[in-house]
Amino acid sequence: MTFEPKIVGFLCNWCSYTGADLAGTSRIQYAPNVRVIRVMCSARVDPTFVIRALEEGADGVLICGCHPGDCHYSEGNYKLMRRYPLLKKLLEEYGIENDRVRLEWVSASEGQRFADIVNDMTERVRELGPSTIRPALQADAAGR
Amino acid sequence: MAEKLQIAKYWGAACGGCDVSLLDTNEFILDIAAAADIRFWPIAVDGKYSDLEAMDDGELDVSFYNGAVRNSENEHVAKLMRQKSKLLVAYGSCAHLGGIPGLANLASKDEIFDRAYLHNPSIQSGNETVPLPESTDDGYELEIPAFYERVYKLDDVVDVDYYLPGCPPAPTQVKAVVQVLVAALTGQAEAPPKGAVVGASEVAVCEDCPRTREEKKVTKFYRPWQIIQDPERCLLEQGIPCAGIVTRSGCGVRCPNTNMPCRGCYGPLPNVTDQGAKFVSALGSIIDSKDPDEIEQIIADIPDIAGLSYRFGLPASLLQRKVTP
Repeated sequence: MTFEPKIVGFLCNWCSYTGADLAGTSRIQYAPNVRVIRVMCSARVDPTFVIRALEEGADGVLICGCHPGDCHYSEGNYKLMRRYPLLKKLLEEYGIENDRVRLEWVSASEGQRFADIVNDMTERVRELGPSTIRPALQADAAGR
Repeated sequence: MAEKLQIAKYWGAACGGCDVSLLDTNEFILDIAAAADIRFWPIAVDGKYSDLEAMDDGELDVSFYNGAVRNSENEHVAKLMRQKSKLLVAYGSCAHLGGIPGLANLASKDEIFDRAYLHNPSIQSGNETVPLPESTDDGYELEIPAFYERVYKLDDVVDVDYYLPGCPPAPTQVKAVVQVLVAALTGQAEAPPKGAVVGASEVAVCEDCPRTREEKKVTKFYRPWQIIQDPERCLLEQGIPCAGIVTRSGCGVRCPNTNMPCRGCYGPLPNVTDQGAKFVSALGSIIDSKDPDEIEQIIADIPDIAGLSYRFGLPASLLQRKVTP
């Protein structure tokens, strides 16, 4: 059986979730691997959410927000833009592959773009294989 | 209960600072000695593991375990202490969250052995000797504790009644906690709820910090020695990563009061699961730039974000350790 990655997607309500909705209403076919969680703003995506998703067994995490300058709350996506590179540095030190966590800006009119991103990310994560984080932590707890 | 309280203290993977912090209560240590029999405390009084093993279950009233669990010896004594004690206190950052030894979770056991015993400038090149739990020398069978793959905090291996945070815990807090426990054990006061963090407050270090706070917007991060700081102003606002914002207070603001940033030793605030993730969030939020390239440049001044944000609590973080694929 081929490995089907489980990807958690945090999508902002105003642009990216609407963009994903457009992909659906436009009947665009794309990989079903992203489990979408709607957040009011990409700034709501606390680094804890991403880490928690990985700890709980997600193979990847996708965060989508409005393009810079287009935030419904003026500056929310800039907050994420500042936190994200620090989070990536942190995850790198934990040994988590770069392609497992991704940030993209998707507007409400970019249904095709959203579908392309999901397809691309799904393939990249599929190539990486299943995340070893959860099994490793379970083995730690059992092996003591 | 015996006439005097029966207490014990042990160090696992620790530096000894926690043992010293108990002595740092100055003359109060004499009150402890008057009120309690110190049955086992390797750093200060004579005693063997066999003495601990010979005790009845629950014979000790309170045991303080400081240090993380790095090897089989640490785990063995932690389990013994749990069995022999009515109350077990995780004493200090290492027992509470994994502490400085917990940073070793960013490397595997093989990497650590390679650096410590095989490829190290201070070791004769070509050395191939690494410690093994069991070996034979001159016909004698030798045993040493087994070094684990990773570091654990105390409550990963045994049930813990109370947590006393700090690296090391502030002597005033140590004194207060000992008094509370003595009062509880002698029936003079109610014991804190099981699992409580004792000897610390419920607010962030910033709440108790006397520095003035204006606006948090930085365009450059500094390490403490790279900048002549304003002694009155918030360190974070000056670009010095100070963990006070994500750290439980109770320490007496010891570091910021001596012009050093808080390192986060008192651990996460109540209801926070991952202290480091919160620190990443806080540090990111104060960067004053909207240009991705400039942001990259600004964070390049933070050389080790995992070490900075989980300095005392990597084994207590959600991810706990580096994952090697």
